[in-house]
Amino acid sequence: MTPNLNLWLIPTLPLAGAAINGFFGKKSSRGAVSAVGLFFSGAAFAWALSVALRFSSLELPYQEYLAHWIRSGNFTVDFAFYLDQLSLVMLLVVTGVGFLIHIYSVGYMWDDPSYYRFFTYLNLFMFFMLTLVLANNYLLMFIGWEGVGLASYLLIGFWFTKDSAASAGKKAFIVNRIGDFGFLIGLFLVIQHFHSLNFSAVFEQVRPIAPETAGAGLLTAIGILLMVGACGKSAQIPLYVWLPDAMEGPTPVSALIHAATMVTAGVYMVSRSHLIFERAPLALTVVAIIGTLTALFAATIGVTQTDIKKVLAYSTVSQLGYMFMACGVGAFSAGIFHLMTHAFFKGLLFLGAGSVIHAVGGEQDMRNMGGLKTYIPITFSVMLIATAAIAGIPPLAGFWSKDEILWKAYEANPVYWVIGAITAFITSFYMFRLLFMTFWGDYKGINVDDHGHAHAAHGHSEHGHGEPHESPMVMLAPLMILAFLSLVGGLVGIHNAFQHFLDPVFGSEFPKAVTEGAGNTEWLLMGISVLFSIAGLVLAYTLYVAKPYLPQKIADSLGRFYSAVLNKYYVDELYAKIFVKPLVNGSTAVLWQGVDRRVIDDTVNNAADGARHVSDEVRHMQSGNLRSYAGWIAAGAAVVLAYMIWRGVAR
Amino acid sequence: MVPLSYYLLLSGILFACGVTGFLIKRNIITIFMSIELMLNGVNLSFVAFAAHWHVLAGQVFVFFVMVVAAAEAAVGLAIIIAVYRTRETLNVDQVNLLKL
Repeated sequence: MTPNLNLWLIPTLPLAGAAINGFFGKKSSRGAVSAVGLFFSGAAFAWALSVALRFSSLELPYQEYLAHWIRSGNFTVDFAFYLDQLSLVMLLVVTGVGFLIHIYSVGYMWDDPSYYRFFTYLNLFMFFMLTLVLANNYLLMFIGWEGVGLASYLLIGFWFTKDSAASAGKKAFIVNRIGDFGFLIGLFLVIQHFHSLNFSAVFEQVRPIAPETAGAGLLTAIGILLMVGACGKSAQIPLYVWLPDAMEGPTPVSALIHAATMVTAGVYMVSRSHLIFERAPLALTVVAIIGTLTALFAATIGVTQTDIKKVLAYSTVSQLGYMFMACGVGAFSAGIFHLMTHAFFKGLLFLGAGSVIHAVGGEQDMRNMGGLKTYIPITFSVMLIATAAIAGIPPLAGFWSKDEILWKAYEANPVYWVIGAITAFITSFYMFRLLFMTFWGDYKGINVDDHGHAHAAHGHSEHGHGEPHESPMVMLAPLMILAFLSLVGGLVGIHNAFQHFLDPVFGSEFPKAVTEGAGNTEWLLMGISVLFSIAGLVLAYTLYVAKPYLPQKIADSLGRFYSAVLNKYYVDELYAKIFVKPLVNGSTAVLWQGVDRRVIDDTVNNAADGARHVSDEVRHMQSGNLRSYAGWIAAGAAVVLAYMIWRGVAR
Repeated sequence: MVPLSYYLLLSGILFACGVTGFLIKRNIITIFMSIELMLNGVNLSFVAFAAHWHVLAGQVFVFFVMVVAAAEAAVGLAIIIAVYRTRETLNVDQVNLLKL
């Protein structure tokens, strides 16, 4: 007996919040706006929790039909929801972390003149994200997928009067379009061959297909196209370029959308389609390679960045790479595990960074921070926890999930493991670098003011004069909760409990032979990766606390290579040269000057001109002179008569 | 017996005279008379056909036309007198207040 869960409430509640704040927020007080925003996101979280409590009594996967949408022949798409272990995890992460970030935003955005707009967008984002997670077919998922893209665009460009924010929003939107193109083509292939977009119906037909080991076939094509979509949304090579720019948005947005939830949608989508990927080894390899390369590539860029949010952005790209690496080696549950712990510690890191930025009055450059641990001790301690978690120091959350991924990667191919472990070392290094630059040493922000330079971009808030100050409680409480989750969140992975929880979804249809002595190897690898993490910590300490003159020396000795990394390997410039410029020039020459002006404009203008010229001639008939009218009538009558006579004679 | 075509030819000549007069004359009284000429040209063809086909409808039509012509003459002459009193001219080219 399956009770009715009313799953539709979960996405609809935030939508109601967005509607209320959107329509009435402008006239309401800040208190009312926050109450609406918090109530509806909190209610969604509460409902998700109540679903989780009743979860064990459900027959899974639980499906809920809301309304029909498209019926065309025997092809149907419905508004219907789908709940299994995977969507439950996503549901709790999205609503839980989302609710915490809503609370945080009350404090962070309080002084912003467009306060209500922020909460409207934030609730709208929650609606689309929950639709994405709960959809029971690819098309409804795609609605959510596009919707979160829209919300992301709106929130990146939230301070749209700033040019850089507006163009960052556009960049995110356009780059995502490229990914969505692949996603859509993949869906068309699915429709063509399986005549449905419904998860259960598609997977039912995929299940009996044998793996395409011999070469690339239909499933490989679908898998790679879906991966193209995931690359766009989850910021993987080659479509990652939008995510670092997305840091133009307010920091809570970076935490919620560009770290904890939206960017993980690609991982969710790939995991959801795991039946397709498992039967397409080539597509899986593509996923693994993209993930591994992205992890390493983004991590190296993170080392050189000095903007605190940019470091975290590249770190996010890198961690998403880990998740795809896990998916690519077939360890989907490890990927989802890392997705969850990453949501905790990366959300916390961003919120902590927001708290730091708040403390120093809008400054984001870490070189102008330093010594903050005495000014803002609570923020410091939660940042310390989060940094240790992402660096993979046991027993914090990141350690468990990252170790799981590395172990699975090793089983698949040691090369992945080597790159993953190096990335773990780099991750640990740049994260502790961030921590040391921000919190150790002397506070440098005041010096900047003393020298009479303009205080760097104040962002939205007007404080930041005088000493750095701790954030209000409404911002600190979510930080503490997330810190707690970062501390213990990994413990669900002990004895593979989390993996077993997800087993009904991912199954083990193709069990891998258990290697002899695997236990020992696993312990050894774990030891190595912990050593790597600590090495990163030690190196960062040496360079940024003990001998702060060294980094510049190293940078100088690296010369060209360093400046390439500092400039993000010139990828943006490369894309501008290869794709953007030809497109812009081509559009200008052909589409604008050629098609638009020569063809479309000229057709319209010439038609109008022609009509005017003809009328100009013909208007002389209407002279207003009565006798000329009579003359025309007589002439006309004469013509008609002549014609009739001629006809008569001819016959 | 005079053939039908003679009547029709005469009717056409009368009508054409009326049209020509209407088009080339400036005096409004003359124009008025030209209209009467056209009407009578039409009347002639009506009665000619009526006699030829032995149908009375044509002759009845002529009475209608004459009634209309009489009414028109009454109203038209009244208008002409009114125009002459205000504008002191019978030249239609000078009665052009409504023209741009």
